[in-house]
Amino acid sequence: MPPLQQTALHDRHVRAKARMVEFGGWSMPVQYAGILEEHRHVRSACGLFDLSHMGEFYLSGSTATGDLQLLVTNDVARAQPGQCVYSPMCNERGGVVDDLVAYRLESDRWLLVVNASNHDKDLAWVRAHTSPTTVVDDQSFGTSLLALQGPFAATVLGDHLEEASQLKAFRCSQARLAGHDVLLSRTGYTGEDGFEIYCTDAAAGPLWDLFMADPRVKPIGLGARDTLRFEARLLLYGNDLDEETTPLEAGLDWTVKFDKPDFIGRAALLAQRDSGPPRKLVGFKMTGRGVARHGYAIVAGNAPIGHVASGTFSPTLEQNLGLGFVQPAFAAEGSRFAVQIRAQQVEAEVVKTPFYRRPRP
Amino acid sequence: MKSHFPEQLRYTKDHEWVELLEDNHARVGITDYAQEQLGDIVFVEVPEPETEFEQGDTFGVVESVKAVSDLYMPVGGKVLEVNPDLEDQPELVNQAPYGDGWMLEIELTDTDEYENLMGAEEYEEYVQSERDSKEDEADDDDEEDDDRGFKDDEDDRD
Repeated sequence: MPPLQQTALHDRHVRAKARMVEFGGWSMPVQYAGILEEHRHVRSACGLFDLSHMGEFYLSGSTATGDLQLLVTNDVARAQPGQCVYSPMCNERGGVVDDLVAYRLESDRWLLVVNASNHDKDLAWVRAHTSPTTVVDDQSFGTSLLALQGPFAATVLGDHLEEASQLKAFRCSQARLAGHDVLLSRTGYTGEDGFEIYCTDAAAGPLWDLFMADPRVKPIGLGARDTLRFEARLLLYGNDLDEETTPLEAGLDWTVKFDKPDFIGRAALLAQRDSGPPRKLVGFKMTGRGVARHGYAIVAGNAPIGHVASGTFSPTLEQNLGLGFVQPAFAAEGSRFAVQIRAQQVEAEVVKTPFYRRPRP
Repeated sequence: MKSHFPEQLRYTKDHEWVELLEDNHARVGITDYAQEQLGDIVFVEVPEPETEFEQGDTFGVVESVKAVSDLYMPVGGKVLEVNPDLEDQPELVNQAPYGDGWMLEIELTDTDEYENLMGAEEYEEYVQSERDSKEDEADDDDEEDDDRGFKDDEDDRD
């Protein structure tokens, strides 16, 4: 196995006594003070994340927008420069190659932010499905990404960048932050208000230190990032999405635009829309004692009816919750089934998602 | 980072502790090092009283936010009592692993098994060597399988 990639902030994480783990070929902090404490800090104050492992591809040229329309299921052509669009990128079978956020930087220039674990696969896929006139520039190594997330994120960033609070949700803008050129977006993966900040590796350390000097800010690892995104029903590639799962099964219908020009996977997805997906992703709470985990079987009577995609103890709701793929007959709110946890079948009940929605002012 | 392990307990390589009580009774739990490695514990599954185990048997499961780990019997014996507080307060294992976070009270099958476990000093050395090898692992991503307890069943994903 090749040696692990280290982010520009690696030494800072080690000094902060973070527990480092391998993730997507990178050495990343999974926790600092503890997952529960970090999770609650993001829900109540402001957390700082190092997400430099994420992949960044730039697409440019007169054919870039048309190519991107073919690559992803959402209608990116509707976005104006300065807008961000979340979308699955599907294969011909309608399965998800990856889910990504496309930033329309200029009319003919896009930034695609992809999952670290899919970097190589995505780059090959994008290159194989773009015109010779579209330039695909992989800047994943050399780009750092910091995220500030939580109810205080706008005021924390606002202390250094007056216009921060003016930026609307899912918009992006070039900015000058403490003497560094950054790309700023009002996006995140926690269910809270927040920002993501793309910068050079050289700027990452100084910007990290700048935010860490603020007493409202604490560093947050990938462990809490997972529980935060889970409560907000933001899907995780590898758990909730994969190449055998369609966006329609995963409840991402809103990201599949059949009324736009052709895209990869359209025919398969259209057929599935018309026949109805064979399974649906639902949220459930454990009514019996036990924690549902990825891959556990879901049963009704003694028959298997699905499997757990993601499951954990929810720090905000303080109960054991899960997302699972089940047959449509079991997808309605209030439906009951059991999760096979080791030797036991533990009762669960379908509930509304997202499990957590942030309070709006 | 140096832990100090109570002198009156005996320890296993799977990071369980045993406290010998009167009449061949003993208490069993996991060590401070184990709870620290696991992180926030959110679920503990322990067996019914009267269940009998041999040394090394899996007697239950402890789950942190991200990981599921088996619990191994440090010595053979019959379960007399389980800690009733862990059902509602699994965090007691983090807060007081040798006190309120105890897991089982058992009747020992064979006191030799207890006598052969590691003492505090030996266990501390063992933990130190494990910490060192973990650091090496983190440095060069050596994903070799090992025989430690508390091995995560799941990858950390994001």
